[in-house]
Amino acid sequence: MSKTQTQAQSRLRKAAGAPEGFLTVRDLRVHFPTDDGLVKSVDGLNFTLEKGKTLGIVGESGSGKSVTSLSIMGLHRTGTKRGAPQISGEVWLDGEELIGADPDRVRQLRGQKMAMIFQDPLTAMHPYYTVGAQIVEGYRAHHPGASKKEARRRAVEMLDRVGIPQPDKRVDAYPHEFSGGMRQRAMIAMALVNDPSLLIADEPTTALDVTVQAQILDLIRDLQQEFGSAVIIITHDLGVVAELADDILVMYGGKCIERGPADTLFESPEHPYTWGLLGSMPRLDRELQERLVPVKGTPPSLINVPSGCAFHPRCPYAGLTGGRSTTEVPSLAEAAPGHHAACHIPAAERHRIFTDEIAPRL
Amino acid sequence: MLVYLIRRLVNVVAMLLVVSAVTFGIFFMVPKITGSDPALLYVGKIADKAAIEGIRHKMGLDKSIIEQYLLFLKGIFAGRDYSTGVDVTHCSAPCLGYSFKTERAVWPVLLDRLGVTTSLAFGAAVLWLVFGTATGVVSALRRRTLLDRFTMTTALAGVSLPIYFTGMLASAIFVYQLGWFPHDYVAFTDDPVAWFQNLLLPWITLAFLYAATYARLTRATLLDVLGEDYIRTARAKGLGERTVIGKHAMRSTLTPILTVFGMDLGGLIGGAVLTETTFNFRGLGYEAVAAISASDLPVIMGVTLFAGFFIILANLLVDLLYAVVDPRVRLT
Repeated sequence: MSKTQTQAQSRLRKAAGAPEGFLTVRDLRVHFPTDDGLVKSVDGLNFTLEKGKTLGIVGESGSGKSVTSLSIMGLHRTGTKRGAPQISGEVWLDGEELIGADPDRVRQLRGQKMAMIFQDPLTAMHPYYTVGAQIVEGYRAHHPGASKKEARRRAVEMLDRVGIPQPDKRVDAYPHEFSGGMRQRAMIAMALVNDPSLLIADEPTTALDVTVQAQILDLIRDLQQEFGSAVIIITHDLGVVAELADDILVMYGGKCIERGPADTLFESPEHPYTWGLLGSMPRLDRELQERLVPVKGTPPSLINVPSGCAFHPRCPYAGLTGGRSTTEVPSLAEAAPGHHAACHIPAAERHRIFTDEIAPRL
Repeated sequence: MLVYLIRRLVNVVAMLLVVSAVTFGIFFMVPKITGSDPALLYVGKIADKAAIEGIRHKMGLDKSIIEQYLLFLKGIFAGRDYSTGVDVTHCSAPCLGYSFKTERAVWPVLLDRLGVTTSLAFGAAVLWLVFGTATGVVSALRRRTLLDRFTMTTALAGVSLPIYFTGMLASAIFVYQLGWFPHDYVAFTDDPVAWFQNLLLPWITLAFLYAATYARLTRATLLDVLGEDYIRTARAKGLGERTVIGKHAMRSTLTPILTVFGMDLGGLIGGAVLTETTFNFRGLGYEAVAAISASDLPVIMGVTLFAGFFIILANLLVDLLYAVVDPRVRLT
């Protein structure tokens, strides 16, 4: 597709009316052609996120969480190159559609309007440049008029803001001279240097030890309240999003299988997979469980996605659907206001199972 | 840093001592095993017993191996005197002895040869570094295209074809058939233009061999680096592709290449044996081959020490440079 065509299409979409929400993802599909077949990493994802709110995207490895975030950021290699994914659907950020937009426009937005924090802060920072230089670079990429001195002052200010002691000295340190937690703070400083209105944190605490995890999560929350940005937290750990997220979206096999306000979702989860996730999570506020219960089986193949409900081979209650779970893909249905789940088990039956069998074990 | 440097320099000297001791040991042992007599080699086949004894005494060959080795070392640092009792020949420091064949002092001859070898090595190094890495970068960025396949196949040929094949072929075509290049070495100080013209073909031939290795290394390293998390971070910051690759990716790619480059250059100055022989350039490598076929032991000794010195020096320089390039490396 030529550049002008893309722009024309972009304008057309705009004329068709941008959605109300700050960030709206509509029917996002990311498919990777491989020698073994088409990998459907994300297959029809929808969600909306308002400014000042936090969305937690939860799921196990290969459920499509990270692929989603990279698509929003436009970080997938595109075009006709081998290995480049086919991306379709719409991502609207503040009235602007990104999937069909000119790549250079998306590059301008990247780091400025939307920023990202990655999982492993050691490998995510360039080992040969100082922390300060890397923050300065991010600032000057979007403030071409800023002098080096000005950008450096900004870098020191950001390092101070994320709680790095002696920021005026540490600004000249290399990433390997920082501890894991400090590196992640520096990553956050780098991401926030241009006051982005959307911050995506992809497993921001996975590589850190537990005491540091809590500090980093507190920091993200504080900064969000201060800047009023929209935050997406991607994690496989429900504990991480439990305190931080306003809304939670559970992904399985590239699709959203349940989403709703965090408190409702924790209080009365609808989907058997979510039950499984909750059952496999250690809790401090309950009495000591005998064992953590894992979700049986392995994540589904994204090339040959199980027919019907992708979760049915692992679902202990698949028999209750009258055979529909193997033939029909369940669609998201509203279970409570704002709370949606994609499950064939009749709602009444589901509630009974949860109250009788699941809740007592949690 | 200073402590490190001093320690490394001491190390260089120690290594050279070991190299010289081992070479000297071989130098001393070989005549014993083959039954030849160094003194006989020196005077030639027809000589009377008295003359041989005289030479043996003059060259110090009648002393023990330890004494001879110490005399050899003394010669390097302080110079030494060769005395027959009647006349005294002074060989001023650094003295590596006299060639059995030509009776010329080894040191000045090697210094002379060094000019040829360094001219060859540095010129080729510039060519292969520029073209090798550039080809590798283009290949990596245009991965799996026709261009990539073509350059990598050419590179494979470059790695596989020995220099005496490509060198002979190039000489046959460009020197003898087409007559584009003259082929005798002219010193830079004598005639810079002729120096350049005459070296161009050997440079290209030698560079082709190395450029092939460097293209493959650069391509592989760059592809590795492009998969690194920090490259994704650089893109996530909204940097342009030019900065992402030209600055972030290249910085990491060039570091391992620097290491290999230092070693290669050091090794090459020690003697580009095949290239020099192929093009008939009288450099260190050529001298080594000639000395070996003539059993000219003092020259072999000298060439070995020269080669050892340059390889060890190149290693030291690479280590020092590495600390400059990679902030994670501490020299302690």
